[in-house]
Amino acid sequence: MPLYHNDDQAMLADSARQFMAEEGKIAKQLRHWRDRDCPDGFGHALWEQFGEMGFTGILVREEDGGLGMGHVEAGIVLEEIGRNLSPSPFLTSSVLAATALGHGSNDLRGRYLPGLIEGKSVFAVAIDEGAKHRPERIKMRAEKSGNGFKLSGQKDFVIHGASSDMIVVAARTSGGDDDEDGITLFAVPKDAANMSHDSVRLVDSSMATHTKFNGVELDGDAVIGEVDGGREVLNAMLKAGRVGAAAEGVGVASGAMDMTVEYLKQRKQFGKLIGEFQSLQHRASHLYSEVEIARASVIKAQQLLDGDSEKADLMASVAKAKVSQTAGLAVREGVQMHGGIGMTDEYDIGLYMKRDRALSEFLGDAYYHSGRVAEMSGY
Amino acid sequence: MPDLDTFRQETRAWLEANCPAEMREPVRDEGDIYWGGRRATFKNDAQKVWFEACLAKGYTVPAWPKEYGGAGLGPAEAKVLRQEMNRINARPPLSSFGIWMLGPALLHFGTEEQKKHFLGEIARGEIRWCQGYSEPGSGSDLVSLQTFGEDQGDHWVVNGQKVWTSYADRADWIFCLVRTDKENKYQGITFMLFDMESEGCSTKPIKLISGNSPFCETFMDNVKVPKSYGDGLPAQVGEVGRGWDVAKYLLGHEREMISGADGGNTGTIGAAMKRHAGELDPVLRAELAMFDVDALAYGAMGEKFLDEIKVGKGHPAQPNMMKYAGTELNKRRHELMMSAGGSRSLEWESEETGGGKPSRNWLRTKANSIEGGTSEVMLNVISKRILDLPGS
Repeated sequence: MPLYHNDDQAMLADSARQFMAEEGKIAKQLRHWRDRDCPDGFGHALWEQFGEMGFTGILVREEDGGLGMGHVEAGIVLEEIGRNLSPSPFLTSSVLAATALGHGSNDLRGRYLPGLIEGKSVFAVAIDEGAKHRPERIKMRAEKSGNGFKLSGQKDFVIHGASSDMIVVAARTSGGDDDEDGITLFAVPKDAANMSHDSVRLVDSSMATHTKFNGVELDGDAVIGEVDGGREVLNAMLKAGRVGAAAEGVGVASGAMDMTVEYLKQRKQFGKLIGEFQSLQHRASHLYSEVEIARASVIKAQQLLDGDSEKADLMASVAKAKVSQTAGLAVREGVQMHGGIGMTDEYDIGLYMKRDRALSEFLGDAYYHSGRVAEMSGY
Repeated sequence: MPDLDTFRQETRAWLEANCPAEMREPVRDEGDIYWGGRRATFKNDAQKVWFEACLAKGYTVPAWPKEYGGAGLGPAEAKVLRQEMNRINARPPLSSFGIWMLGPALLHFGTEEQKKHFLGEIARGEIRWCQGYSEPGSGSDLVSLQTFGEDQGDHWVVNGQKVWTSYADRADWIFCLVRTDKENKYQGITFMLFDMESEGCSTKPIKLISGNSPFCETFMDNVKVPKSYGDGLPAQVGEVGRGWDVAKYLLGHEREMISGADGGNTGTIGAAMKRHAGELDPVLRAELAMFDVDALAYGAMGEKFLDEIKVGKGHPAQPNMMKYAGTELNKRRHELMMSAGGSRSLEWESEETGGGKPSRNWLRTKANSIEGGTSEVMLNVISKRILDLPGS
């Protein structure tokens, strides 16, 4: 498959770009909700519009009422989300949770997917325990209890945790903390007893929770996939989420770069447009080069994932690492080249810097994923 | 695509029958590359057999039209042939600047007679060409070149000096940028073809920091270049005075070639360095990991770039970006390989290192971001043509 969008994908990209530039733009969404101290960190109306556009069910199979499309298509939406910094639960709900639910029972899919497709339900995923992404180690316990399970422990930095109708939770049903096996995934409804959220606002105005499970009792039908065999579903979910986060990151990088290049063409100092200075031209051109390469790594990862290739896992980490590095460069160069106004809250470039920081951390930063690439390559 | 599948099967069978085992070994030294030309000799029978088999099939230049010595393969078929050759590590049957550089210029700008005559010679490996572009005073600012061809009616008398002419000492003919109008900077250059055996034309190898001498200085002292080699065979490609258009076209092609040379080959090094060194310093391991991420990402970019070229997508100045990123990456690759190799990689002559391969290759890569347009020039071009920055 050639590494560019086919005609249908190009059409989707056009409509996603137009839609997000209008409905998802910074003034209308990110600043609007941030300035109102919105406890969700995003607007539910936009999420419903995502539903009307069909974005919400993009990865959901057609027999479950979705569009049955792939990660290239999901990435198209994510890149526009990134470019406009549109706060939404798309990545956690329509990519991560939807991927997990794809492995779930008829009952679970029937219970949760219609609400997602309509843009009414919001889902989160609870994997991390601590400040760094480290899904190889899962301590949180789920013990057999009657016909079901009882969950005890804590999950950290659950994005949209308090706003979610359901949280996909990775817990240990057997084995030691670092074991590959013995993981089970649960769909935990928001009204589960003995679950409590401690909400924190992050630097990019998104909301996360430290979520405590003090003996949360669940029926056996809350299990997604196999008991003790959750690692496979977890890995599928992580691959999809990482490639999705990388696609969003390319949007953040492009948005920051375009804004900066525009600024170089407008701002005058020493009687010249600052874009005439070769020192800035070369830095902008280097950035362009990095963004192009990062975008290529993402579409490659998306296609491998859609083709169910065994190379997808490696390329997912390559894409996540490359995009984290590149978007980081884009926002740092962006703020520096904007000079003083780049430091002001009024100007948008700083918002890109904040979003990049949070997005890069989500599901593993460049250091984590570079290390994974080394391990998968055998060194 | 059943036709392509058939073609793949036929190609596979043909390669199996015609590519000798010795020609499936990695290239170890200069003698393993067959360059053709008047003074060419085959290193061994296998090299000869392989060259002749390809020649008969049009596979020395598979994508060129049949009437000019090629096999007339379309882009998809040419890709299949390349993939199948890569699969068995088949060496190229013939390498030359005629194939890579002059050929594309003639295909684009040449007269029908020029194509028949010169392309045929190139395809058959009869004439080895070199490129006369840079001069001592004209490197990045190539258009300032001073080598002058004085109009003497039916011929030019050429005087001047070229530098960085690759393998000029082994070449038969040169394609050379010569100023034919001193008043007209951009439209006063002619893209001339002439025989290196012409009186007054001489070469002198330049010894590089790697100890090797792939480049020469080339001197033209009253070299007489006839304006025509026969009916429909002018000595220049394109119009007289419009050689800069040809040069720019070829520079784009050269950048594409340099940047696409690794197309699909991602060139990761971490695993090989671990096997080589046994144990890696943790900080070096981290650097290798970050390098491999960049190499794999650049590999995807190379694939995307080639896919887009085939259908005319992508920015026309994108080869400049590929050249910039690819050459900078390659320099970094060799820096890391030197570090991972430790003192062993410092050996300059030893047999174990194949005569100092690690250090000589490392030094060679430093030219990557200079030849064919420096990284700084590439960044200038991106600024101007892609980002549309002012005053650039």
